[in-house]
Amino acid sequence: MHGKTLKTLLGGAVLMAVLLLAGFAAPQWLLFTATKAIGYGIVALGIVVLMRGGVVSFGQGMVYCAGAYAAGLIAANWGLTDALVLLTIGGVTGIVIGAVVGPLIARYRGIFFAMLTVALSMVLYGVLVKMNQIGGSDGFNVPEPTFFGWPPDRDSADLALYCTAIVVAGVTAMLCRVYFDSMAGLMSRAVRENELRVEYLGTSVHRTMVLNFVVAAGFGGVGGALNGMALGHVDPLFSFWTTSGEFVFVAILAGPYSVAAVFVASIILELVRSFSNLYFPETWQLVLGAFLLAVILFLPEGIGSLWAKGRIIAPRTPRDDVTRSRAAEDRSTGGSRVATATRAARPTAKEPQA
Amino acid sequence: MDYLLTILVDGVVYASWLFIVALGLTLVFGVLRILNIAHGSFYALGAYAAASAVALSNGLGLPPALSLLAMLIASIAVAIAVAPFLERVVLRLFYGRDEVLILLVTYAVFLMLEDITKLIWGVTPYYVFEPRGLFGNVEVGSLFYVGYDLMLIVLAVVCGLAVWFGLNRTIIGKVVLAVIHNREISAAMGVNVARVYVLAFFIGVLLAALAGAYTAPLISVQPGISVSVIILSFAVVIIGGLGSIPGAAIGALIVGIARAAAVYELPEAEIFIVYLVMATVLVFRPEGLFQRAQVRKI
Repeated sequence: MHGKTLKTLLGGAVLMAVLLLAGFAAPQWLLFTATKAIGYGIVALGIVVLMRGGVVSFGQGMVYCAGAYAAGLIAANWGLTDALVLLTIGGVTGIVIGAVVGPLIARYRGIFFAMLTVALSMVLYGVLVKMNQIGGSDGFNVPEPTFFGWPPDRDSADLALYCTAIVVAGVTAMLCRVYFDSMAGLMSRAVRENELRVEYLGTSVHRTMVLNFVVAAGFGGVGGALNGMALGHVDPLFSFWTTSGEFVFVAILAGPYSVAAVFVASIILELVRSFSNLYFPETWQLVLGAFLLAVILFLPEGIGSLWAKGRIIAPRTPRDDVTRSRAAEDRSTGGSRVATATRAARPTAKEPQA
Repeated sequence: MDYLLTILVDGVVYASWLFIVALGLTLVFGVLRILNIAHGSFYALGAYAAASAVALSNGLGLPPALSLLAMLIASIAVAIAVAPFLERVVLRLFYGRDEVLILLVTYAVFLMLEDITKLIWGVTPYYVFEPRGLFGNVEVGSLFYVGYDLMLIVLAVVCGLAVWFGLNRTIIGKVVLAVIHNREISAAMGVNVARVYVLAFFIGVLLAALAGAYTAPLISVQPGISVSVIILSFAVVIIGGLGSIPGAAIGALIVGIARAAAVYELPEAEIFIVYLVMATVLVFRPEGLFQRAQVRKI
């Protein structure tokens, strides 16, 4: 493992410990908001994984919902309420779905990828709304989770779940960083830059995309199970496309550079939502929309670019700097995949490619 | 036989207004390269504006037939109020960015328009049932249909032909096609690309608002109508192939008839049949039915 990766992981562990301690001093409402935001963040992290490979899923609600339903159904029917077990069940559900859907969907790109994922999540939504045995459009209540056999009382329940969420999110985030910096993870960036070149160099683009999709689906399932427990209730709206839109919102707000940024972005979304609900209950979507436009306009690469931009693993050489700035330029001009020999011939704006 | 006819007529009526929405969506995509989530909000704005306009025209004691005109004026008013501002002030800032990023920009616009609609018209449903009685009932086979519904089919055909004619048989249309083909060369040849963009976006918004206005009598106009329309019209243009007008027509027919068939045959599937159809089409035609092969550049 590279030293820089280790340093990031160490920083993450310290941050995790600080946040755990902070939980004991935080008021109840903040703990609940933070837990929910962490759940959202884990799902959005999956979208960031996909984004690094150049695709965006507008249907991550599908795995989010599936994870929540799987954990909720098992907790409600089998009485298995241990938080860690339920989170594992959520994650495994996501991974299984990802492994089935991934290979089929990995050959689509751009709008078509986004629309197919929307379609799949809306199919799940439609099925769940009609399944009256499990609550139909009302969903059902998830029993209070227990922690290694300890059923917390009313006061400590939020704190216990918050701590679990921090640990799970911390571990997920670190695994994610290890994946990003591994050979397989770096391949995503190459795929994003130019798929044909990657194929010509003898690696499978398809395999990278499927792997990303499965990882993202696993994260989605874990996030769903976590939020099902935090809210104490699951319903088909988990799979509705506007829910998925919020995950994409978080991912875009965070940007592809930093894992921690995803959770910061997620907290920001939850805080904007809570405060607008409090102060402008009629117009919180207006606030959210304006905020999103401002972010895309002024921070097109997300808040992560504020502190982790251009982060690379290989030792720096002058040549690297040139290629990196070119890659950045490519991205800022809309990722135009036209490779031209000279800069002068490079189009300044993305052309509708004939 | 009557049973099949019922499904067919219901499906085609459903397809007709869906086609008008999708036509605007596909036109805007063709010219501006924007897949506009906010398109559904324009539909909702059209429906609300029509509800107000019809109420106003009835309040003034005008003859009921004039309410049809009031709906037309309402949708034009929506397009004038929304299109130039959105295109020139908001969307212009994001041209040249990644397709998916622009998709998210329009999602933000959609969120804002949702609340603006609620601020203007409130959350209580509006019912505009008067215009629906204007055309009486029409007998098809042995069944009776509301004439107004069948009039929607005529409206859809008129809209489709008008856009096709405008694009292929007028000078302005040729200029628009040139911009679709290559924006930079068109600009170099002296085309005012910005004006073409505004025009195309205006017509796109107008079509969505028209569809909203003329379907208002069939539905209860309330918050949430935009959300369902967006995904439906997206499915239509994806099935047909982005940027293709015949594609939008075929896509709308497929979606409309599939939905009508599901309503009668398999009510459980009504909500998701459209997505199932879309996924199936994409499996066999990854870029939609009417998409031409694209040159890949290395």
